[in-house]
Amino acid sequence: MSQDSVRVEQAALETEREPNPVLAVLRTSVGRNAGLVVALLLICIVGAITAGGRFTDLDNAQTILRLAAVTGVVSIGMTFVIIGGGIDLSVGAIVALSSVWCTTLSTRMMAEDTHWLVMVGVALLVGSACGLVNGLLIAYGNIVPFIMTLAMLASARGLAEIISDKKTQTLGGGGVDVGGFNDFFNRDLLGVDVQIWLFVVVSVIGWIMLNRMTFGRRTVAVGGNPEAARLAGINVKRQTVYLYVLIGFCCGIAALMLVAKTTTGSSTHGNLLELDAIAAVVIGGTLLTGGRGTIVGTVLGVLIFSTITNIFILNNRSFSEQSLFKGAIIVAAVLLQQRLASRNSST
Amino acid sequence: MTQSTQAPLLQMRGIVKEFPGVRALDGVDLDVRAGEVHCLLGQNGAGKSTLIKVLSGFHQPDEGTITWNGEPTSFSTPAKAIEHGVATIYQELDLVPHLDVTENVFLGHEVSRAGFTQRSQARQQVRDLLARLGHSEISPTRIVGDLPPAAQQVVSMARALSHDTKLLILDEPSAVLDGEEVKNLFRVIRDLTEEGVAVVYISHRLEEIREIGDRITVLKDGRTVATGLAVADTPTPELIKLMTGRAIEYVFPPRPEEDRARGDVVLDVQDLTLAGVFRGVNLTVHAGEIVGLAGLVGAGRSEILETLYGARRASAGTVTVDGKRMRRGSVTATVQAGVGLAPEERKSQGLFLDEAVFRNITMSTMGRFARLGFLNRREERRRAEELTTSLDVRPAGVGRAVRTLSGGNQQKVVLARWLLRECRVLLLDEPTRGVDVGARSELYQLVRSLADSGVAVVVVSSEIEEVLGLADRVLVVREGVVVHESSATELDEATVLDLVMEGKVSA
Repeated sequence: MSQDSVRVEQAALETEREPNPVLAVLRTSVGRNAGLVVALLLICIVGAITAGGRFTDLDNAQTILRLAAVTGVVSIGMTFVIIGGGIDLSVGAIVALSSVWCTTLSTRMMAEDTHWLVMVGVALLVGSACGLVNGLLIAYGNIVPFIMTLAMLASARGLAEIISDKKTQTLGGGGVDVGGFNDFFNRDLLGVDVQIWLFVVVSVIGWIMLNRMTFGRRTVAVGGNPEAARLAGINVKRQTVYLYVLIGFCCGIAALMLVAKTTTGSSTHGNLLELDAIAAVVIGGTLLTGGRGTIVGTVLGVLIFSTITNIFILNNRSFSEQSLFKGAIIVAAVLLQQRLASRNSST
Repeated sequence: MTQSTQAPLLQMRGIVKEFPGVRALDGVDLDVRAGEVHCLLGQNGAGKSTLIKVLSGFHQPDEGTITWNGEPTSFSTPAKAIEHGVATIYQELDLVPHLDVTENVFLGHEVSRAGFTQRSQARQQVRDLLARLGHSEISPTRIVGDLPPAAQQVVSMARALSHDTKLLILDEPSAVLDGEEVKNLFRVIRDLTEEGVAVVYISHRLEEIREIGDRITVLKDGRTVATGLAVADTPTPELIKLMTGRAIEYVFPPRPEEDRARGDVVLDVQDLTLAGVFRGVNLTVHAGEIVGLAGLVGAGRSEILETLYGARRASAGTVTVDGKRMRRGSVTATVQAGVGLAPEERKSQGLFLDEAVFRNITMSTMGRFARLGFLNRREERRRAEELTTSLDVRPAGVGRAVRTLSGGNQQKVVLARWLLRECRVLLLDEPTRGVDVGARSELYQLVRSLADSGVAVVVVSSEIEEVLGLADRVLVVREGVVVHESSATELDEATVLDLVMEGKVSA
C-alpha cells in the first residue's frame, strides 16, 4: 500500500465520524425508525392529554389500526415502487376499479353460485392487471412513471364509472347474497379485526420480501443505481414490471377491505388514497429518489397519520384542520430527510 | 501572429491541485501571451482538463500563483474568471438545447432594461457576433438543439465573445468538426489573435497544432515538462518523446512463457458495428489471454466493450462466447454466458455506493444464494469475505458501505463480483482510473492471475503504457476503426501514440 492509498482510507474513516451524534443515529435506518417511534409516542401523549380516556381505551387502538389498514396495505406496495425508483399515482383509482368490478351483479351472481372467493379473485386480478399495464408501459414504453400512472389514474376511475354507471353497488343489491364474503372480512380473529390482520400480514410479507429475498435486493439495486444494476446483469425492466404488478395486487387487497367495510363497491372509493400512501412512505424515511427505504418506517408513517386523524376526530376538529396539520408534518419530515441525505452525500 | 517580448497576459507558476488519492497537477507552469495560439499537449490523464478548470475558476489550486496582466489574481469562481476575460469552450458544449441562439449567447447576462429583456437589441448584437465569426447564416432565433455540432460550437464562441474576452480556451474543438469546418475554425482563431485575443488550444491532432499553433506547452503526469516551445522549431518525435518519457514506472507482472493465443477461443467478435461510432471490429480472445484496446478518448474503445457486452445494441456483427452466439443488446444474456464488465465510470455504472460490500459482490450471483427467493445472507457474507481476503480489500469488513473504500479497493469489489461468478470473459474499461499508483500494480497482478486461471481478458485504457505493459496482444482503435493489431511486445509507446493520433507510423 502506498502512502497515498493509506491517506485516502484514513480520510474515508474520518468522514464516517459524525460530529452530531443525534444526526448520526438518525442516519441509520434503525435510528430513523426509532425516531419515528418517538414521534408516534409524542403524538399519543398529546392524544391522551387532549382526549383522555377516549383515546387510551383499547377499543380506540383498534379504531386507529382499522383506520390505518386500507392505506397501510397500499403503502406497503408503494414502498416497493418508490424504493425501486418509481411512483404510482393511480392506486386510488385502481382500488375504485377493483371494488366496482368485484361487486358487479354478474360477479356477485357467479360468486353466489360458486364461492365468494370469486370476488376476491376478481379484485386481485383487476388490480394486478392495472399494475401490469402500468409496469409494461413504464418499462418497455419508456413512459415516465409519474405520467403513466397519472394516465392510469384518469382511465381506471373512468372505467370504474362506466362499469358502475356512477352508482354505488351494494353487496346485497339485486337480491344476490354473498354473505360469506362479508362474514370473512368483518370477522374478529383472536379479538382483532380481520382487516387489521390483513395489514399485519401484508406488512410482514413485505418486510420479508424486502430484506430477506432476492426480490427486495433487486428492487433496491434497480432504484439505487439502475445503470449499475443493468450492467451487473439484473433485468431492470422486468423488475420494474414486477413492482407495479405488486402494488396493483396490494390495491386489489385494499379494494376488498373497503368493499367489506362499506358493504359497497364504488367508483369514488380510494379517492386521494395515492396522497396518503405516498405521504406515509415519505414520512417513513423512504427516499423519493429510490434505492433506500424500510417497511417498518412506512408502517410507522401510516400509524402516525391515522393516530393524528383519530385525535382530531376525538377532539371534534374539522377534516380541514387535519389536512393542514398533515401537510405541515410532511414538509417537516422531508426537510429532516434532506438534511440527513445531504450529510450522507457529503462524505 | 506577433511574437512580441511583452509581459505575458497569463502566467501560472507551480500550480498544484490534489484530489483524494491523486495529485492531478503537480507543479504546472504556463505562460500565455496576448495574440498567440498556445497549444497544450499531453496524454490522457496528464492534467490538461484539470488545468483548464483551474483557469476557468472551477477548481482552486492548492498551491501556486496565477498572474493576470501582471497582477496576482485568483479565479475563485467561474464568474470571476469570465469577468477577467477568460472564456472556455469545453469539449462537451454547455449550451441549453431548448433555448434559441440569442438566449444561449446571453445566458446569465441578458440584455435587459428594468427586468425586461430587450429581445431585438440582443438579436442584433448576436447577429454582429456571428458575422464576426464568419457565420452570419446562423439565425439568432434558431433553437440551438436543432443546429449541427459545428454551428453549436460557433454559438459557444459567440457566447465567449459576448463577454470582453482576452483569453479563449478551446478544449479539443476540432473533435466535432469535419475538414472544411476545421478550416473555418482556424480562420476565426486567426482573426481573434489579430485582435489581440490569446488562445489556449488543446488537441490530440499534431497536424492541427502544426497549422495553427505558435507555441507549445507539454504536460505529463501533472507536471510541465516543456513550456514555450516554438511550434516551428520542434519536430514531432521530440514532442512524442516529451509526452511519453515517464517519471513513475509501474510494475507489470511478467507475461507467461507459452503463447496464450493458442488456447481455446472464448470470445469471438466478428464484424461488430455500432452505426456512427465504430465499424467492422473483429476481435478474438483466447482462454488465458489479455487483449488490450488502445486509442484516444472518443475513438470508440469503450463503446466497443459496451456493445459486445450487450449494453448497447449493435447495428451489425456477431458476438460469440464459448461457441454460443449472443443475442444483441441483452446484458442479462451476456452475463449468463459468463461475461463480466468492470465499467469505465466505476462509481456511477459499477457500484451501489451506499450498499454493503458483500451486497455489491453478490449482485450478479444472487440466485446462487437463494432458495425459493430467500437469500442465505450468512453464506453471502462468507463467500464475500473469502474473496475480499484473497484480494486484500482494505479496510476489511464486508458490511461497510462501498462508498468508504478507496478507488483501488472499489475496483477490487467490482472484480470480486465477477470472480464469484467464475466468469469466462472479463471486460475491463479503464481499470485503474482514479486508482493510486501503489494500488495499480496490485490490480495488474490480479488481472494477470485471473488470466492465468483461464479467463479471457479485454482491457481498455487511455494510458498506452498500461495497455502495452498488461496485455499480450494490442488492438489500436482510431475513429471507430481498428487500425492495427499485433503482439504487445512488438510495440512501443511512441509507435502506438503515432497510430492513435495519425493512424499510421510516421517515420
